[in-house]
Amino acid sequence: MRLAVRVADLRKDYVLSGETVHALRGVSFDVPEGDYISIMGPSGSGKSTLLNVLGCLDRPSAGRYVLSEVDVSQMSDDELAEIRSTRIGFIFQSYNLLPALTVVENIEVPLYYSRRLNAETKARCLQLAEMVGLTPRLNHRPTQLSGGQQQRVAIARSLINDPQFILADEPTGNLDTATSHEILDLLENLNRQGRTIIMVTHEPDVAARTKRSIILKDGQVVVDKRN
Amino acid sequence: MLSVWIRTLQLSVKSLWMHPLRSTLTVLGIFIGVSSVIWLLALGEGISRAAQEQIASLGALNIIVRTVKPSGDQAIDAGYGLTRNDYVRLLATVPTISRAIPMRIIPAMEFRNKNRKIEGRLVGTTPDYAEVTRLAVDRGRFLTDSDVTSERNYCVLASEIAEQLFPVGDVIGEKVLISNDFYEVVGIMKPRSASAGIGGSIAAESFSNDIYVPITALWRREGDMIVVAKPGQFQRDINQVTQVTLQVRDRDKVLPTAELVRSTILYSHTTMPDFTIVVPMELLEQARTTQLMFIIFLGLIAAISLVVGGIGIMNIMLATVVERTREIGIRRALGAKKRDITRQFLAESVVLSVLGGGLGILGGAFCRPLTIFAREALFNWFPKQMEHVPKLVQTMEPHLIGWSIPLAFAISVFVGVIFGVYPAARAASLDPIEALRHE
Ligand SMILES: Nc1ncnc2c1ncn2[C@@H]1O[C@H](COP(=O)(O)OP(=O)(O)O)[C@@H](O)[C@H]1O
Ligand SMILES: [Mg+2]
Repeated sequence: MRLAVRVADLRKDYVLSGETVHALRGVSFDVPEGDYISIMGPSGSGKSTLLNVLGCLDRPSAGRYVLSEVDVSQMSDDELAEIRSTRIGFIFQSYNLLPALTVVENIEVPLYYSRRLNAETKARCLQLAEMVGLTPRLNHRPTQLSGGQQQRVAIARSLINDPQFILADEPTGNLDTATSHEILDLLENLNRQGRTIIMVTHEPDVAARTKRSIILKDGQVVVDKRN
Repeated sequence: MLSVWIRTLQLSVKSLWMHPLRSTLTVLGIFIGVSSVIWLLALGEGISRAAQEQIASLGALNIIVRTVKPSGDQAIDAGYGLTRNDYVRLLATVPTISRAIPMRIIPAMEFRNKNRKIEGRLVGTTPDYAEVTRLAVDRGRFLTDSDVTSERNYCVLASEIAEQLFPVGDVIGEKVLISNDFYEVVGIMKPRSASAGIGGSIAAESFSNDIYVPITALWRREGDMIVVAKPGQFQRDINQVTQVTLQVRDRDKVLPTAELVRSTILYSHTTMPDFTIVVPMELLEQARTTQLMFIIFLGLIAAISLVVGGIGIMNIMLATVVERTREIGIRRALGAKKRDITRQFLAESVVLSVLGGGLGILGGAFCRPLTIFAREALFNWFPKQMEHVPKLVQTMEPHLIGWSIPLAFAISVFVGVIFGVYPAARAASLDPIEALRHE
């Protein structure tokens, strides 16, 4: 099976007023394509740090991060931006839609930065909007949508560039139980179609719906098991 | 590449539209700056054109030598001012002079026709006078060379004088009594509105009460002495020539000729300052330097107002960057490079400034009608006060300078870029992780 992601002995140190904090101390795991992983752990265990590195928003202090056979661990800012726009789909806890833009325009944003905006990809925006059930709201603004609808827009947006994997940061954290289930259903569906998903969560029952659980503690992987 | 910029511009307009009032106020700052550039340049040009026109109407090729009455009473007995000898010497010794028109002007004389009388100005001169002062003959003719050589007692009347003295019948051939001599009317001039500068003074000169006679006849019949006797005042002036207007053939020769004329006359006028030389060409050059200073000065004011407008843009953009930190974080996460963020915010400030610039240019186009309208309104409301405003300002028309429009546009783009670079750079330098966490 091909690997979507491989992290090997990933370390991240922060120097705060002369004191070094080891946020990640040698994290290693492989993510085969089509996997669906949850990452859990107590506060301060390094989840956010790992997510930032996996999302190419930050570089590790040491170790390797290979994204479909390309080592991205020491790339430049611009190269990382390129990776973010083409290979990674982000889903955030607070949706992070742009308030000035409509639903379609929000879905288009990554295309703009990957320089792929054209008639074909615009048609794809509409398909994705349909897939997440937002066709009647294409020209609404985020403030006119419910939380669940906003997260659906974010999911559509994360898929627009056909990324290597989807990185979701507590995607149901701001949603009520019923809506959470809808969103998780949607993610499960995507995974069934072959999408690789890595998701940080606090809730064990959310983690239970994924295929594999990784638990961090003090910057190290303490559990890595198939559900 | 072009499509990236078009998208960026669309995005800018969209973002600016989110805060219409704020954007409008910022645009207003640049609008004021740019229209003031155009207005100030147009007003400056208008004033300088009016001034140059005034000076040019003196005749750029002319040199005007005029008698000035010295102060004190040293002058009274011996006589003062330019003499027939000066005139002759000028003609004989200054080769660059093409024409010389001598004038003997008696400002207040009584003219009579039987029992009608009127006071006016008696001008003894030569035939070229009419052309130099741009007076046109209405009926009959102006003075001729043979009138001058033969010292004939002919006269030419200004139209108003003719109407007053001879209300009915044909005037030509009639006789006017001046002092104790009769002069035969040979011509009538067309009326001509008083205008600044004609004949050599910057002040307006009126030609409506003139009688023109051959200067030789005036010398012979009136002599050089004029006695003014009014109640409580007795004044005696001895003067041969009031003014000589010289014309030079060649523009380049005007200034050296003026120097030569000055030294030639000074030669026989060492005892008292009783003459002056006006060289319109000199005034013209002075006016040009003054204009340059004026434009620099106005430019400075405009530059200050543009800097103020620019600071307004910078202020708003900095506030925008803080306010949109999260948006910047989201965009960075979704793949925006630093330069994408820079471009986006730079585009917004340029859109603001160009919008202000465009409106400013429109506002500049209204300079002329608005100025004229405002001046008329002021004349209607404060007629008394407005009388004291300089003639130049009363008649001046703003003149839009063509190059001020591309200049203003370029300046507004420039201001947008200069004052947008720092906020844009700040936006781009935000750490995406921090920015995403921002509330
Ligand atoms: N930017 C930073 N500077 C300094 N220390 C940091 C920074 N980010 C995280 N840390 C530290 O690294 C450790 C891991 O934090 P984090 O990854 O946020 O954990 P979690 O998301 O699991 O709560 C913590 O001790 C935290 O204080
Ligand atoms: Mg965290």
